[in-house]
Amino acid sequence: MRFVLIALALLATPALAQKAKAPPAPHPGAEVYQNICQACHMANAGGGEGAGKIPALAKNGALEAAGYPIMVVTGGKGAMPWFRGSLTDQQIADVINYVRTHFGNKYRDKVTPAMVAEMGVPAPKGGNRGE
Amino acid sequence: MNGAAMGAGRAPTRREVLRAIGMMAGTAVLYQAMEVLGHARETQFAGPPNLSGARPGTKVVVLGAGLAGMLAAHELSKAGYQVQILEYNNRPGGRNWSLYGGDTYTELGGETQKVGFAPGNYLNPGPWRIPYHHRALLHYCKAFGIKLEPFIQMNHQALVHTSKAFGGKPMRYRELHADWDGNVAELLSKAIDNRALDSAMTKEDADRLRMALREWGALDQDFKYTRSYRASRRRGFDRPQGGGVLGEPIPSDAYPFKDIMDSGIWRIVAQHMNIDHQHSMFQPVGGMGMIGRGFARQVDGKIRYNQKVTSISQQGGKVTVTHTDTGTGAVNTTEADYCVCTIPLSVLSQIDVDCSPGLDAAIRAVPYSNSVKVGLEFKRRFWEEDEAIYGGISFTDREISMISYPSGGMHSDGPAVVLGAYTFGPASYKFAGMTPEQRIQRALEQGSVFHPGRYKEEFIGGAAVAWSRVPFTLGCCAMWNEDTRKEHYQTLVAVDNRLVLAGEHASYVGCWMEGAILSSLDAITRLHKRALEA
Repeated sequence: MRFVLIALALLATPALAQKAKAPPAPHPGAEVYQNICQACHMANAGGGEGAGKIPALAKNGALEAAGYPIMVVTGGKGAMPWFRGSLTDQQIADVINYVRTHFGNKYRDKVTPAMVAEMGVPAPKGGNRGE
Repeated sequence: MNGAAMGAGRAPTRREVLRAIGMMAGTAVLYQAMEVLGHARETQFAGPPNLSGARPGTKVVVLGAGLAGMLAAHELSKAGYQVQILEYNNRPGGRNWSLYGGDTYTELGGETQKVGFAPGNYLNPGPWRIPYHHRALLHYCKAFGIKLEPFIQMNHQALVHTSKAFGGKPMRYRELHADWDGNVAELLSKAIDNRALDSAMTKEDADRLRMALREWGALDQDFKYTRSYRASRRRGFDRPQGGGVLGEPIPSDAYPFKDIMDSGIWRIVAQHMNIDHQHSMFQPVGGMGMIGRGFARQVDGKIRYNQKVTSISQQGGKVTVTHTDTGTGAVNTTEADYCVCTIPLSVLSQIDVDCSPGLDAAIRAVPYSNSVKVGLEFKRRFWEEDEAIYGGISFTDREISMISYPSGGMHSDGPAVVLGAYTFGPASYKFAGMTPEQRIQRALEQGSVFHPGRYKEEFIGGAAVAWSRVPFTLGCCAMWNEDTRKEHYQTLVAVDNRLVLAGEHASYVGCWMEGAILSSLDAITRLHKRALEA
């Protein structure tokens, strides 16, 4: 619970600095998370386990070095496909920033699209599906 | 056909020759002969492998009771091996699967659905149709007594919806297709009149093409696609042909070509031209899961269910598989001389596999696709009763991408299940991220564009499967690309000491049951050879 409160406080600060009545703008990465990531990592970022495991992103120490999520989101890992090409570098930066500051994560350094462009894995060519 | 007919003073037909070769030399040679004569290029299946002569007492452990695993077990048992299958689920079939009324399904994340479909109704969450050229699968369906029926893929009476044309009103596939062909034929004919094709063909050929276009596009005497009896025989009449006083039909008007262009109808027409979607297609009577059950009957007593594999060792001149019983938590090991592993790479990449570094890298190199399927049960077949849509698919540019009407049980009363969503691309992630109930509601909302006043009103209940949250695969199918094929495919399929992989991921018929079957047959044939040489 303590983590959640801190996260809320961080979110609320810029909103207060603007106009008193404006509702806090949703984090730009939240929508990407909901539309893509939570298909596997779940709405609460808790992941899941069956025959194999989908890692939890909540309170995930592996997210500390920003280069790691940049590599995984752009290039994929194991069962997880690459998202370079289907998401823009801006969207990738947004969603990484979102996850790294939510779900019990509190990494303050920001990922920028330029970092994604520089450190990201290029999309493979000729990917296909059977159907 | 026999020798006498061949000697009866005329040249034998190609078919007679093939039959003679088949009778004399068996299917493998027959297949080669067919290839030479320009046939059979639609399959690599050359008949069952007919393995024999296993060294007595040789054991094989098969991981996974999907189609690849069960077929491997069946054929290897026939060859004389002692076979044990370990399966994570509590049922056979793997991705070959149907959800019936009374079934319970819990996805990753813990959401549980209790399926409430009426008896006989089902959703096929995974495979749902079988192309005519998937000869290996068809062979085993027949051999194992699995009854098939036609699967209706293309239906001219079904609907096509796009927000970009006709003000968002769904139109008949039949009308759009006819108007597309008609308009293209008229334009091309005009191009010939304007001598625009003079540099491409002789005058004589241009004339022949013009006549062909008239026939193909249902053009009138003046090479125009107009309101006519001829065109209406394709797109339908304003007043259909009848009997008696008002029997005379009234032709219909074509839609403006701009609207036809906006509809994107050619994409759907082209889909049906793909060899994987051409008629004839099949489905098992009673749901796709009948194939898994039929295969399971062949390996009766050999499957150990609820076993989660945690490691595969090849030390000490044997294979040792460690597995945990998901019910009791008991950890067991199974030893064998060889292992056929059909575990999807999405899961296998998380298991401790004792293999060459090359195979290890290959297992980790292939991500999995995602898709969501939603089954919606309705009180009655209003699509049949009210709209004469019998099977087939209505297409939309909404996230659900299509709805498919049941190909089985046509013309019957009572509830029936429509495939209410089959998502692709980003929509799959969006749908998978919802709760099952949200997916069903979204599918109902989006699909209601096809049948307003019926779809929501006569809805009973649904079921939804998001493949990224399926506990035994964590995804849909292996996603290869040019680079990974080049770098890893041959290593992935090669026998690695005592281990060989099989499944759709070890094939170029990715995401189809046929790929699993062909991969399995190839893998066990090579494994058997390796075992005899050892």
